[in-house]
Amino acid sequence: MTQIVDIMLLTLLACTAMVVLRMRSLWAAVMLTGIYSFLGAGWMLILDAPDVAFTEAAVGAGIATVLMLSTLALTGTEMKPPQAVSWIPLLVVTITGGALVYGTLDMPPYGDPGNPVHLHLAPEYIGDSVRNLEGQPTKVGIQNIVTSVLASYRGYDTLGETVVIFTAGVGVLILMRKPESREAGDDTQ
Amino acid sequence: MKLHSILRVVSKLLIPYILLFALYVQFHGDYGPGGGFQAGVIFAAGIILYAMVFGLRAARSVAPPKAVETLIALGVLIFLGTGLVTMLMGGNFLDYSALDHHNPSHGQHLGILIVELGVGITVAAVMVLIFFAFAGRERAR
Repeated sequence: MTQIVDIMLLTLLACTAMVVLRMRSLWAAVMLTGIYSFLGAGWMLILDAPDVAFTEAAVGAGIATVLMLSTLALTGTEMKPPQAVSWIPLLVVTITGGALVYGTLDMPPYGDPGNPVHLHLAPEYIGDSVRNLEGQPTKVGIQNIVTSVLASYRGYDTLGETVVIFTAGVGVLILMRKPESREAGDDTQ
Repeated sequence: MKLHSILRVVSKLLIPYILLFALYVQFHGDYGPGGGFQAGVIFAAGIILYAMVFGLRAARSVAPPKAVETLIALGVLIFLGTGLVTMLMGGNFLDYSALDHHNPSHGQHLGILIVELGVGITVAAVMVLIFFAFAGRERAR
């Protein structure tokens, strides 16, 4: 049963990607990338990664689509037809894709508890999150292991990510903000 | 925007629940999927929806750009400040167990809650601000 859902989702992903490639209207292409992100979120959910699916649905399908649309409102919604077929990019993409597919052949089987990733740090994370026999939480004691890894074990990384978002916001602010004098009067959309 | 009455009514109904859901994702991240990042994006989506339906001027009065700019820095400060507090209380940087010496796991809970709040504030403010910056510009040509 899950295999049918897997195949359907992957087929839809491939179809959406192909349609986006052939689309000349950028408006429709942006909408389809939103759909692509949403299908990707469904795919993450099938892989038992609800936190990632959540992020993909909110950022990829929501915010990114809105930002792309507001960019299109500033630039234009039609793409110029390509002048000639460019062979070198096609070659590069084909070779890279082939290498990636070749790389998957060496990956450990999906969901196998004996995989290296499940034997290295994961037992410690799980052990720190569950309660012990007296009902006392052990080290971290937070049921959502993803949250405890993100915010506690990998606190430095999350701090770095927050600073990256902060920097991105400041960068956009510096580049795009209108001069103060015009701010008050007009705000055409 | 006087014409789209269906859109306006539906958004008026939906926006409170979007914001409430963002808060749920924010403060329930310890137990369910989600956390500061997702919550911040959802909260920003609520405000962006408001801006798209009711106009940028109305949204700017709901979320004044000056306040949003301050919030961007505030989130990072909350995160960094938590790290400094844990250092002052005798732990390492971002070692939340130091927040509660009697019960380290309570300290972890508290630390993660505060840090996620910082992430959520920064993410929401940056998303709203980027949207304001894009939507506030006139068409180039």
